[in-house]
Amino acid sequence: MSDSLDQILVRAKQMLLSLLAGAPDWVIQLASSLINIFALLGVFLTLFALMSVLERKILGRMQNRYGPNRVGPFGLFQPVADGIKMLIKEDIVPARADKVVHFLAPVLIAAAAILAVGVVPYGRNMTPFAIDGGILFFFAVGSTNELAVFMAGWGSNNKFSMLGAMRAIAQMVSYELPLIIVTLPVVMIVGSLSADAIVAAQSGYALGFAPRWFVFTPWGAAAFVLFFVSGLVESNRTPFDVPEGESEIVAGHMTEYSGFKYATFFMAEYLGMFAVSGIAVTLFLGGWHAPIRVLEFIPSYVWFFAKLSVLLFMFIWSRGTLPRARVDQMMNFAWKFMLPMAFTCIVAAAVWHYAGGGMAGWLWSLVMIAAVYITLSLLLDTRKKFAPRTYRFAE
Amino acid sequence: MNTVAFIVIAILTLTGALAAAALQNLMHAALSLVVAFVGLAAFFFLLGAEFVGLVQVFVYIGAVAVLIVFTILLTRRDAEKDHDFNWGGALIAIAVFAGLVWAILKTPSLAIDVVQIEPLTVKRIGEVLMTDYVWPLQCVGILLTAALIGALILVMEEKNSKS
Repeated sequence: MSDSLDQILVRAKQMLLSLLAGAPDWVIQLASSLINIFALLGVFLTLFALMSVLERKILGRMQNRYGPNRVGPFGLFQPVADGIKMLIKEDIVPARADKVVHFLAPVLIAAAAILAVGVVPYGRNMTPFAIDGGILFFFAVGSTNELAVFMAGWGSNNKFSMLGAMRAIAQMVSYELPLIIVTLPVVMIVGSLSADAIVAAQSGYALGFAPRWFVFTPWGAAAFVLFFVSGLVESNRTPFDVPEGESEIVAGHMTEYSGFKYATFFMAEYLGMFAVSGIAVTLFLGGWHAPIRVLEFIPSYVWFFAKLSVLLFMFIWSRGTLPRARVDQMMNFAWKFMLPMAFTCIVAAAVWHYAGGGMAGWLWSLVMIAAVYITLSLLLDTRKKFAPRTYRFAE
Repeated sequence: MNTVAFIVIAILTLTGALAAAALQNLMHAALSLVVAFVGLAAFFFLLGAEFVGLVQVFVYIGAVAVLIVFTILLTRRDAEKDHDFNWGGALIAIAVFAGLVWAILKTPSLAIDVVQIEPLTVKRIGEVLMTDYVWPLQCVGILLTAALIGALILVMEEKNSKS
């Protein structure tokens, strides 16, 4: 029973494909890919709509107000109203803008975001593009974001757009480094870049009850936190939404976009968030595995989306609680703290691996990470240097 | 299906490369070059060299293309100015093309029945890099570290300049 429920979506796809029996091979391949693509788009665009209303509700709750509650029950149809509004808004292209580049930027950014959600395993036998280098694929398409942001900034022919794009690219490049380096320990321990293999390596239970997720090892816990923070930056979310800092540069690279193009940027931001959270779940939180053996009867995709929702809630939570970081603070944090910690995670994972993963390895890698963390905190501590602020350029 | 894919990708790559060479607006040329890079990555995928294709996207689009557009943005003031047709460049291009065609024509054609090679996995590449090619890898690492330090020294703020 539980097995059939678990595989019900896979079976449904096979049934659809069996309608095509007898067709040439490439037709079946094409149909199979199309089913995957439509399922992905359907699920994630619905999730995007839900997430946008939930985010406003949760933020409202945190700020002691109601949030959207006019359209439909509990304001649940708010995204529909937003979507209609965005669709019928006038699409303004600045007269001096580079029309082609201005148009292509949101297209490219949305394409990259949609491709990135494709490699995540959503359940048992449910990886839309199961390729050998899945994790590398995620980072490869993620790196095209920088170009898209640049195109948006440059194509708009606006100072604020260009400055916003420069900031966005600077922070993306800086945080891409820790983001990629903290995935290396997992890849190293598993010995594969395939998302399915990484999930498979986290199956089973240590000591009979504790799930073997990588977040429950010292290096995995540190790497997960670093990954999450870098993910916040990569998807331009508060406290790292410097590129679109309204108080400083209007809306960054999105200043000159209106109507549906703006909505496309917005959608790409959310899809990017889903992709980063999905990869975080895959890498550190055991993918679609259940946390305890008793609960294994619940279908795997339910577990995946439950974990995804927890991470997405953390994204909203940090937006509701933390103020925006300054550009120089962000950069210092990336290069002076995140990067050394990320390298420490690699070494700690290697120690853990060679000690056989037992108690000794656990202790050693914990000691290493704690030592580096404390040293870095002491070295980077600026509390002693409090002094009247000096201005270099604005006297 | 592979032939169709090959033709489509080839047209895409060649169009991108031609546009990169011919467009007057430098920024458009740089962005067309990205299309050619994507086409190359698609070729690698078509040939089953998944890792190389991904690295092509990662390095050339994520890093090299961004580097190129920033170089244009930060150095050229005349990025929009019209340029005359560059005869010297055309000559060199024709010479290189002729040389390549000559080299290809002179090469004895490969045996058609290729030995079935095992698909190249990321794991295999990692093993080879860490065993047979470990010294070249280390040398590249040192070179890149030197470049990184050099870049840092170039942009370093001088401590004793006027405050």
